[in-house]
Amino acid sequence: MTDAKSCKDMDPRDELVTHLPALRAFALSLTRNSSAADDLVQDTILKAWSNMHRFQRGTNLRAWLFTILRNTFYSARRKTRREVADVDGIHSSRLATKPDHDGRLAMADFKAAFEQLPDEQREALILVGASGFAYEEAAEMCGVAVGTIKSRANRGRRRLAELLKLADGEELTMTDPATMAVMAASASSG
Amino acid sequence: MPRDIMTPDASDDSRPTVERQIDENLRRVYQQMVEESVPDKFMSLLAQLRQQDGGKGSDDK
Repeated sequence: MTDAKSCKDMDPRDELVTHLPALRAFALSLTRNSSAADDLVQDTILKAWSNMHRFQRGTNLRAWLFTILRNTFYSARRKTRREVADVDGIHSSRLATKPDHDGRLAMADFKAAFEQLPDEQREALILVGASGFAYEEAAEMCGVAVGTIKSRANRGRRRLAELLKLADGEELTMTDPATMAVMAASASSG
Repeated sequence: MPRDIMTPDASDDSRPTVERQIDENLRRVYQQMVEESVPDKFMSLLAQLRQQDGGKGSDDK
């Protein structure tokens, strides 16, 4: 993962490109649809670019970009006033891996359960659970209290555990080859 | 497995196992999305924006 602090003196316009993979991942987890995610990232790039003079150098550009992205997502949702329910089957199945052990959790199952969570819970879990923002940062990005982020994340985790029928003490392991490959790759790159 | 967790909340070992395992899986799912290749159109868009900026010379929006 890119060390944002080393980019302190960089022009944020140059730095922007390094955040595109994370932006797209965040967009995918919000929209659950790859073409909607791409539209959202494109809108975010355009908004970020025209507001770049408002970005405070030395602060976290990724957090700033994520904030723009989520505001864009939610304001579009408010405008359309309808549930965007077309969860992208193509995208999910491309990522999907077949479980090769009965009773073992495959990444596809986990993803499917995750995609059933309400937007706010998915968002909180991605921000604090997956992309490594502190609760305080996530709260600021979402414009809510820290406690709200914590409760959203906890409700999301509980719901995931319910959906995946996990009880505390049970093993939650993903041992299919594709998952192991991903883990090996991220372990060696990190 | 090496754990590389920065936030104090996430590294709290008193949290239930299920919760920590869910977070690990979240990171894997997210990481897989991060590792997908970024569509070329975003690079073209950035190049286009940069060109516009160069031609205009100011940000009189």
